[in-house]
Amino acid sequence: MNNPFSLKGKKVLVTGASSGIGRQIAISASAMGAETYITGRNDQRLSEVFDLLEIPGKKYIADLTIEQELNDIVEQLPNLDGVVLSAGIIKALPFKFVNKTDLDAIFQTNFISPSFLVNKLLRAKKLNKKGSVVFISSIAGNYIGSIGNSMYSASKGAMNAIQKVIAIELAPQKIRVNNISPGMIRTALIDDDTFTDEQMKEDEKKYPLGYGEPADVANGAVYLLSDASKWVTGSTLVIDGGFIIR
Amino acid sequence: MDIEKFISELADQYDDIDTSGFTSETLFKENEEWSSMTALSIIAMVDDSYSVRLTGDDIRKSQTIQDIYNIVFSKSTV
Repeated sequence: MNNPFSLKGKKVLVTGASSGIGRQIAISASAMGAETYITGRNDQRLSEVFDLLEIPGKKYIADLTIEQELNDIVEQLPNLDGVVLSAGIIKALPFKFVNKTDLDAIFQTNFISPSFLVNKLLRAKKLNKKGSVVFISSIAGNYIGSIGNSMYSASKGAMNAIQKVIAIELAPQKIRVNNISPGMIRTALIDDDTFTDEQMKEDEKKYPLGYGEPADVANGAVYLLSDASKWVTGSTLVIDGGFIIR
Repeated sequence: MDIEKFISELADQYDDIDTSGFTSETLFKENEEWSSMTALSIIAMVDDSYSVRLTGDDIRKSQTIQDIYNIVFSKSTV
């Protein structure tokens, strides 16, 4: 039997690929057969990831919050079978201390830039029929609220909302649009010295399976990019070690 | 930096307990209102008012308001 999870013959773009979850998704997608295109802001780290790709496409060092750089990437990209929106930032502030500068920055990176990347790819007709769009979201803002996390949660809630509408609009082209909502994954993103190691250890106890690893999310992304999920659209794949069932 | 102003700014992060008796020697975590939310609020207040980034560890190792004031002062560029 053909492996339904194979990405052989597909061209996939991964944003936020220089670190964390995006990095692992790029490596895994490529290992599963996809010609993999990556973007990220950090030249050195992105190049290191690019060297790990089994089937490298191209790397684009870019800040997707800058419209010109977004336009340039869309112009240079080939037609794609998959897009994974994994670039994201976080900042812990009690809601009372939320300010427009930080809120704008988080919304720009986590919600506006990924939305416009998909928007511009569609305008340029660079998403192939039967393609797959995967937003890397979070259980935060969609299933849970945790202190200090209002800005990030709001951006991830917005992401899941827009994803459902894009899913409906692209269904005639059999382009599927889903999101993965992970719990805490061990990456530099959560390596926030606002919280002590003790606090993180206490938090991890709330996860029946403990904190996750980037590969836990990347394997879900491979499924959503592959033809194995051809009847799955508008959905949320929760990958959280059992956190939300508690 | 002014310790009296700092005490009042830190006291502002409490909503339930009476903070009128707060001094530089007050053990600011030894009260029933103290929580991770108060810690986060103090970190945000210090960032706002002094452009200093406190860590969770800075809070953890401080006992008195003077302790935390000294850390903010040492990290302050002004």
